[in-house]
Formats: sequence, structure tokens, C-alpha cells
Amino acid sequence: MAEKPLARGAGLITPDPWTRLQSLTRARIALGRRGASLPTREVLAFGLSHAQARDAVHQPLDVAALACGFHAAGYLTRTVTSQAADRGVYLRRPDWGRRLAEASAQQLQTWPAPPGRLVFVIGDGLSSLATQRHSLPLLEALAAYFPDLHACPVVIATQARVALGDEVGQLLGADMVVVLIGERPGLSSPDSLGIYLTGQPRVGLTDAARNCISNVRPEGLPYAEAARKLAFLIAGARQLGRTGVDLKDDSDERLPGERPEPFLLSAAF
Amino acid sequence: MLDGLLYGAGDAVIGINPASDSLPAITALLQLIDGFRQQYEVPTQSCVLTHVTNTLRAIEKGAPVDLVFQSIGGTEAVNASFGVTAAILEEAMQAARGLARGTVGDNVMYFETGQGSALSANGHHGADQQTLEARAYGLARRYQPLLVNTVVGFIGPEYLYDGKQIIRAGLEDHFCGKLLGLPMGCDICYTNHAEADQDDMDTLLTLLGVAGINFIIGVPGADDIMLNYQSTSFHDALYLRRVLNRRRAPEFEEWLERMGIADYRGELIAQTEQQPLLALAGLEDTRRG
Repeated sequence: MAEKPLARGAGLITPDPWTRLQSLTRARIALGRRGASLPTREVLAFGLSHAQARDAVHQPLDVAALACGFHAAGYLTRTVTSQAADRGVYLRRPDWGRRLAEASAQQLQTWPAPPGRLVFVIGDGLSSLATQRHSLPLLEALAAYFPDLHACPVVIATQARVALGDEVGQLLGADMVVVLIGERPGLSSPDSLGIYLTGQPRVGLTDAARNCISNVRPEGLPYAEAARKLAFLIAGARQLGRTGVDLKDDSDERLPGERPEPFLLSAAF
Repeated sequence: MLDGLLYGAGDAVIGINPASDSLPAITALLQLIDGFRQQYEVPTQSCVLTHVTNTLRAIEKGAPVDLVFQSIGGTEAVNASFGVTAAILEEAMQAARGLARGTVGDNVMYFETGQGSALSANGHHGADQQTLEARAYGLARRYQPLLVNTVVGFIGPEYLYDGKQIIRAGLEDHFCGKLLGLPMGCDICYTNHAEADQDDMDTLLTLLGVAGINFIIGVPGADDIMLNYQSTSFHDALYLRRVLNRRRAPEFEEWLERMGIADYRGELIAQTEQQPLLALAGLEDTRRG
């Protein structure tokens, strides 16, 4: 039997005959192997992805551009910062990322925005890329359920952790705060947005008081789906009187197939 | 799941971290893995990693729950932040045992822990994170778990700053788990905001292997695309087994051999598209089409 010419490591690598499944997922499946080890090309690809994810953590949020987008869409915004002065401190001191800088707290107290039942906090979190790309499209998708959504105060926060929303919500007298924040970037998803819903926000709450929708981005949970889940959770929270582990995401109960009944909620009343 | 099984992984548990905590989604996933497991007679157990109260509701609705998952910590305050109490865990354990799905033993709990969770929840009372981690193991032991998994570098650099700290914590956790007689394993992992990389994980993997770790977590290509952090790959587990001559669970080893996935020594066999597990994914059809 004639030997095939060796090209690009052919014959060295044992291929996995399920590479077609790669079209269904971004997971690193069917990588092949040499003995028990990863092929060199996969080791190199992994290293590149890791470097890109590290960059996403450290890239600052373009606050001016983001605020501009929200204004153009008709929202009232304010910009605040946490007590973490820079990224290095932010990474080491999550507690500082959960509290507003003194000046920001004062500024919010004097904001003549209409006290809304619902307040939105747009935070950079660990991926400014996610916030930059997905926060406004998600809010616009949510507006399908809330005709008066554009009256809700929008607070853009830098060096922010999820719990920063508690202080913002408390200062603005909100019934509920929705925090949209960049999730820590993964190798295959540097721009996942997380949504956290917290009822009766006040300083000192724990994550047990929140509900979370994660991995919001076109390749993950699309805007329309995420907005539907969020509207469902807000409606459920109003009915239950609280958010957190007692509030369950049953928005898929009516699936599969049929579209859920459209429902409209009020943001401000 | 197929990727893992075809790489000889999965003798402890096949776990899914769901993107949604909704009950229908969780039930559908449980039924999916259970149907597969029964059809191919895979000698393992499955788990969908959701809050204990969701699992309880799934059990009430008749879902096939092998293992009850829950993250736990070393103080009452951190457990409150996770939304759990000793009573809820007890209730869940009894509910899962009530299903009588196990063939050997009645260890139905799967706990995850990790240094720093108490500080993260502001429930540390000034105590150091290793002490609190060991206390979490004390809580775990009450429920005779099948698996206790320290997700060592998961929370981030505010607790374990770099590779060196993650490696040390992994060994500390393993040591404490052994002292308490727990079926301790490790998710050897780090996040992208920590000063660590895959070389550090290779080091910890080897150290834990030498120290007699009970199980390690594997994800495809070491990349957890749901929770956005890096763990170890199925390839990594193969390396450790080969270098340290660590065998899989005997019944799982037999199954791999029967399925033509590994040979009698536990070494992987090159696969073709005729592999029965791949028929499940409809690959044959797409090949012809």
C-alpha cells in the first residue's frame, strides 16, 4: 500500500470523527489528539483566545459613546463610578466595586429624575465589550413589554460590581433595580452580558436576593429571549412581592412551540 | 457529553451547568441525559447543576434526579447567601434517596465549595478562607455526599490572586478533604481576570494526581463556555491516567471496552463514524446527505 505524503502533521494526529458537531456549539470539541495530548495547533489557538480574553478584562468602557447611544434612544442617564479607582484596585477589592464613590452618591441624590419603580444600572463589570455592545439593544428589546420604559432612569457605572446597583436603587428610591453588566470573559465569549434583577434594593443585600439571566449576546441568549425572560421575572417579582431564590424563572413553561401571550407592564407606576 | 465519553471521561458524573434555571429547562436536560444513559447502559450518574430548591421541585414533578447539586460554604451567613440551610439540604437528600435510583449505596449529594466564598458573601466573620473552607467540608460530611468538589480558582483574583495561590489552595483543600474522609475532588481552574494560565493548571493537575485526588472536572478543551473560565480538558485527564497509571471506575472501564472506546489497558481507540454513540448525533445521516 502506497504511503500518503505527510502534510501538516497528517498521520500524526488521531482525528475525532465528530467534527460536524462543532457547528452546534462553540465548545472546543473534536479537537483530535496525538497520543493522549492536544495537537499543537489547539494549544496555540487556546493561548491566543486566552490573550484576547485577558485584553477584554482590561479594556475601559467608552462611557461617552455609550451615554450618547442611550440619549439618542431617548433615555435619561447619569454616569457614576465605584470606590475602586482603577482596574487593578477593582480586581483586588470587589467590596469597593460594590459601593459608589462619594461624589457619585451625592450626584445621584440630587438627580431630579422621576423616581421610577424600575431603575437600570449599566455597569462595565469584567467585560466592557459586553456592556458596550449589548446593553442598549437589550433595553430596546425590553421596551416591547414596557411602553413607558424610556422614562426609567439609566445609570452608567464604571469599575462596577453587581451590588453597586443596590446603592443606586436605594438612592433613587426604586422598587426594583436591573443591573446589566459585563460578565467575566470566557475564551470563546469575550462579550457576555449578565442581567441581575433585585427587588427593594438597598446596601447589604446578598445574591440570594437577586435573579440572574446570563450569557446575553447574539451567539448566546439573544436580546428578544433575554428581554422576555426579564419581563417575566419582573412581572413575577411584582406578584410575589420580592426577588431572589423564591422567584423562579418559569418563562419556559409555555414552551415548546406556542409563543407566550404578549403582556405589557408599566415601568413607572 | 459525547466528546467526554469518547475521551473516556465521565465515570463519576455527567454534569450540566444549565444556562437557565427554569424548571422545564432543567427537567428536559435531566430527561435527556437519563434517556441516553439508560439507552446505552452507561454506568454513571447525571446531575444538572442548579439550586437545591429547583432540584427539589424537579423531584416533585417526577424528574430523574441521580444527584442533588448545591454550592455550600463554611458559615451560616454564606449559606444564607446561597439560599440554603441545613434543613433544606436534609430535605433534598431524603427526597433524592426516596427515588431509590442508585444501585450501589445511597450517596446522592454533590457539593461544590471554594475558598473565598464566605468573604464574597460578606459572611466570613474575620476568619481566614482556608478555615472556612474546611468548615464547609464539615457541613458536607453530614449528608454523606458522593462528590465534594472544590472549584479552586473559580471566584477570582480577589481571593486567589495568581497561579501560585491557586495551586496552594488546591492542595490545601485536598488535604482538608482527606482529613475529613470526604470523596474530595477538584475543578482545577482559573478565570481570565486572575494572573494564571494553563501551565499553572498542568502543575496543579500533576500535584493533585500524585496526592491521590479522587476525581477532577473535565470540560471540552479546558474551556467552560457557560461559566467563562478555564478548567482541565479530557486530554489532561488522559495524561494524568497514563503517567500515574490511574484507572477509571471498573464498571465504567468495562463499558468503555464494550463500546470500543478504550482497550483493556484503558488506552483510547481511534474512532470511526460507525461508533454507536455517534449514531445518536445523527452524524451518519449528515455524512450520506
